Amino acid sequence: MEILVCARRVPDTSENEISLNAAGNDIERDELVYSVNEADNYAVEEALQIRDRVGGNVTVATIGGEDDEEILRRELAMGANQAVLISDDAFSGSDGKGVATILKDFVRKGRYDLILTGVQADDGAAQVGGMLAAMLDYPFASLVNSIALEDGKLKVSREIEGGNREINEIDLPCVLSIQTGINEPRYVGMRGIRQVASAPIPTLGASDLGVDQGAVGEAAARVKRVDYFVPALSKGAEMLDGSREENADKVLELVAAKGGLK
Amino acid sequence: MTRIFAYIVHRGGIVDDSAAELFAAARKIDASGLPTAIVTGCGADLDAACNSLTSSFREIWKVSHEALTYPNAELVRQALVNILPANSILLVSHDHFGIDLSPGLSIKLGSSFVSDVLAIDGLEGDSLKLGRQEFGGQVSTHVHCDISSGAVINVRPGAFKPEQSAPITGLVVDKSSTVGALTARRRYLETIVAEAGDVDITKHTVLVSIGRGIQEKENVSLAEELAEALGAAVSCSRPVVDAKWMEKSRQVGSSGKTVKPKVYLACGISGAFQHLAGVKGNPFLIAINKNPKAPIFQVADVGIVDDVLEFLPELTNKVREMRGVAAK
Repeated sequence: MEILVCARRVPDTSENEISLNAAGNDIERDELVYSVNEADNYAVEEALQIRDRVGGNVTVATIGGEDDEEILRRELAMGANQAVLISDDAFSGSDGKGVATILKDFVRKGRYDLILTGVQADDGAAQVGGMLAAMLDYPFASLVNSIALEDGKLKVSREIEGGNREINEIDLPCVLSIQTGINEPRYVGMRGIRQVASAPIPTLGASDLGVDQGAVGEAAARVKRVDYFVPALSKGAEMLDGSREENADKVLELVAAKGGLK
Repeated sequence: MTRIFAYIVHRGGIVDDSAAELFAAARKIDASGLPTAIVTGCGADLDAACNSLTSSFREIWKVSHEALTYPNAELVRQALVNILPANSILLVSHDHFGIDLSPGLSIKLGSSFVSDVLAIDGLEGDSLKLGRQEFGGQVSTHVHCDISSGAVINVRPGAFKPEQSAPITGLVVDKSSTVGALTARRRYLETIVAEAGDVDITKHTVLVSIGRGIQEKENVSLAEELAEALGAAVSCSRPVVDAKWMEKSRQVGSSGKTVKPKVYLACGISGAFQHLAGVKGNPFLIAINKNPKAPIFQVADVGIVDDVLEFLPELTNKVREMRGVAAK
């Protein structure tokens, strides 16, 4: 099984307080801790587990710049067979459709049975996997939280409402967007990352992939983010600013007042 | 004016709450017009769903096909591509079905796609002005969407309040003959219902709910001790289940349980909308989070910026003291 995982490097929202920059046109990125997008990391782990069961190769690709190479090294250290950086100035400012277009051209340069993405990244759009599948005319399933391979067919479970699971059979090749929690991604230490420090990571640009430059980048984007802002607090919480002990007293008083003590 | 459609989800003939929200969202795009509902399915359930929409939608497009009995996104997409007029705007609820359907549908229609929209500021020429959030709700953005070739807009559940409007008498129009051929390369097999857990969090008056801020499995006991002292139950948000620190049956949210407690203590929970979607009945919400920018503080009644690992034992001690039990 030849498996491609599309991953992204994003600011780690569990590690960062996100704030706006002075100009208000972007978030303040100077002090941010970046890591591989959480759902993408689960996708890589899932790909590795499938490969280890049935054989084949796992390729991890990301669209970005030099800084993004660090997540590719991390995924190589996890056990991916190869990693590719897709990078070109012409790609910057692409909307979701532009990103899917670039990936579509990359996929067509290779031969993959299974393509995995994380269900969503930092923009919460959950769009690239489904768009990529439609461009390739491959079947697609989103929010996948388990994958079983039986007789050359995939049985996938989707996370639906109320903790229920929807079971589907899906033909290969296909695109799946992977939900967090599908597995337990293996730990990668500094030692593991050092071991792949010199592994070659090819960089491919628009001309290498045959990307139609009129279909990507800022000029082609039909969906544009025009700013970032922090909305005025509607009501907001009454913030308690006493000592820890005072706050605990107050909370206990409130819980009791609201009928919360049996 | 571009024609606006709303794709209506229904189960067993009952339309989803999102139908009224999509109607309200459509009116934000075009206050002078009324959206058209599109409902897919088969048999009596489909008829019941369509008929229940006639008091709000002027036109309901009924799309009946045996293969659409279960809403398989791949097949619904094929049907919609054949049915929708060119350059339409289609509104879809951003739930597990909308996430499955809409991105690919927009490609097949050649239209724009915007996901998880929670504000609509109107249409200027071909530019639809929308509001979204990024980074788990920590910052908001304005988005401009070019609708000259149509658009598929996924609308966040709960973001648009249903309108109170005078009932009308809408018309159900049967569009089944325009569905065309449907071929599935993804086939629905079955739905596996979530297992009941050891504790039913939907039955509790007070929930001590923990999120990523609990940091390690060993720390879950801090919440359990507080819950025991209060006579409450421990629930959690998605990252706690993803990390296998608690069972799925304890998860509150759109992919977990819907709870209606009187008091909800959100401990180290950032407040993603998928989580808040599971907190109903307007409980008194107390949030403890060390990140002062956590979105949970925007919806909480009372907030404390503190590390839950420090605050929870303090609160537990206070409860025990009050109950006259010696603190451990």
